[in-house]
Amino acid sequence: MIVVVGAGPAGIAAALRAQECGARVTVIDDNPNPGGQIWRADDANTWVTRFRSSGIPLLSGSRVVWADAKAHSLLVEADGVASTIHFDKLILATGARELFLPFPGSTLPGVFGAGGLQVLAKSGLPVAGKRVVIGGTGPLLLAVAAYLRQHGAQVKLIAEQANIQSLAGLAPELLRHPKKVLQGASLQWALAGVPYRTGCWIESAQGHGRLQSVTVRGGRDIWTEDCDYAAIGYGLVPNDELRRSMGENPADVYVAETGEVDLSFVEGEIAGLTAAGYPERALLLHPKRDKARGFAAALDTTFALRDELRHLAKPGTFVCRCEDVTFERLQGYTNFQAAKLHTRCGMGPCQGRVCGPAAQFLFGWEPGSVRPPIFPARIGSLVPDKPA
Amino acid sequence: MSTIRVNGREVTVTPGSTVAAALLQAGEGTFRRSVSGEPRAPLCGMGICFECCVTIDGQPHSRSCQILVREGMEIET
Repeated sequence: MIVVVGAGPAGIAAALRAQECGARVTVIDDNPNPGGQIWRADDANTWVTRFRSSGIPLLSGSRVVWADAKAHSLLVEADGVASTIHFDKLILATGARELFLPFPGSTLPGVFGAGGLQVLAKSGLPVAGKRVVIGGTGPLLLAVAAYLRQHGAQVKLIAEQANIQSLAGLAPELLRHPKKVLQGASLQWALAGVPYRTGCWIESAQGHGRLQSVTVRGGRDIWTEDCDYAAIGYGLVPNDELRRSMGENPADVYVAETGEVDLSFVEGEIAGLTAAGYPERALLLHPKRDKARGFAAALDTTFALRDELRHLAKPGTFVCRCEDVTFERLQGYTNFQAAKLHTRCGMGPCQGRVCGPAAQFLFGWEPGSVRPPIFPARIGSLVPDKPA
Repeated sequence: MSTIRVNGREVTVTPGSTVAAALLQAGEGTFRRSVSGEPRAPLCGMGICFECCVTIDGQPHSRSCQILVREGMEIET
């Protein structure tokens, strides 16, 4: 049995390819529906449709809380019920989450991630008539802006922290991907009239109990935008907690690298074919993967984060949102573990998923070790029922 | 349309919505209070930040962005 964790592009690709090779496949996914984040609530998406009609068993709303690499088993929790799932081969297609950088007011209700607001809108949040400021970095900002605008939001500004020179550097790479040029052109059309400022970022958010305005800096300019929602994301961070919890090179585990969607998809295909025992078929996809890797690397360079973003947080700005640990309390520690033990930073329910990458950017701390459970889990899931 | 109860009042929401989207649509801006008492609401929308946690049908610490509304659900922020 091949078990795939994650039903986004990589997981769907892996499952379909493995099934194609005749393997038995099961997919486990935390989200209520397949498609991951990028294809969430996208009923027209061919791959999601193909996956839904493939007959491959899908356990939605299910989290892997513990993986036993040696025993080849996963402890999975869904709806308060835990079950153990055994695998012969395991494919990790857990995707990515957004990088959130702290700034004054970043915890205000109404400040969302960039992808975060889009996902909520796709999940039923009406945005018609809402004034939205979008900030952070990456092509995602444009996709989010276009989506929100199509659904009636007033997108007041897209603040891209990368400089125009960096963005211009992407042009040669784009020419190698004509489909992306077309996507870019259609986005530009969808965003006609929306201010897109480069070298620009959100310095702070203001409001009484909820977001009412943001302060934006760009070059020598600094100004305030009244808004209802802010959608701010500084790129992607892989959800690699499950992989890291399984130790070095666990046997029979295949990891689909994540990031840009085309790369995620071909990585999933390669993982699926390899796990199903057809590495020679996977090899045929290496050129496609290399091309996707090239584009992903170009994106990383283009949208590298500027140093000014390290200095947005003020002493009282929360870096750890779960435990309300401020920027000033985290000064002076040389690694995440020490900060965690002294301040509780990273000890909350997100288990460092939000504050960890932020702290790595702010202070240079490498992520600490991962110990299960890798998601908050019920005691009843972890401890067998006592005999009566 | 589905009918749910939010902090004791009845709210009509679009079926297939997540609880988080439904709460925001119903005008609930504050989902939880942080350790130091700050109002908090969804951030990531995808189940990793835990800012959207509310009590659903008596079960606390439920990530509302990952749960679809069901007819008759009881939600407390």
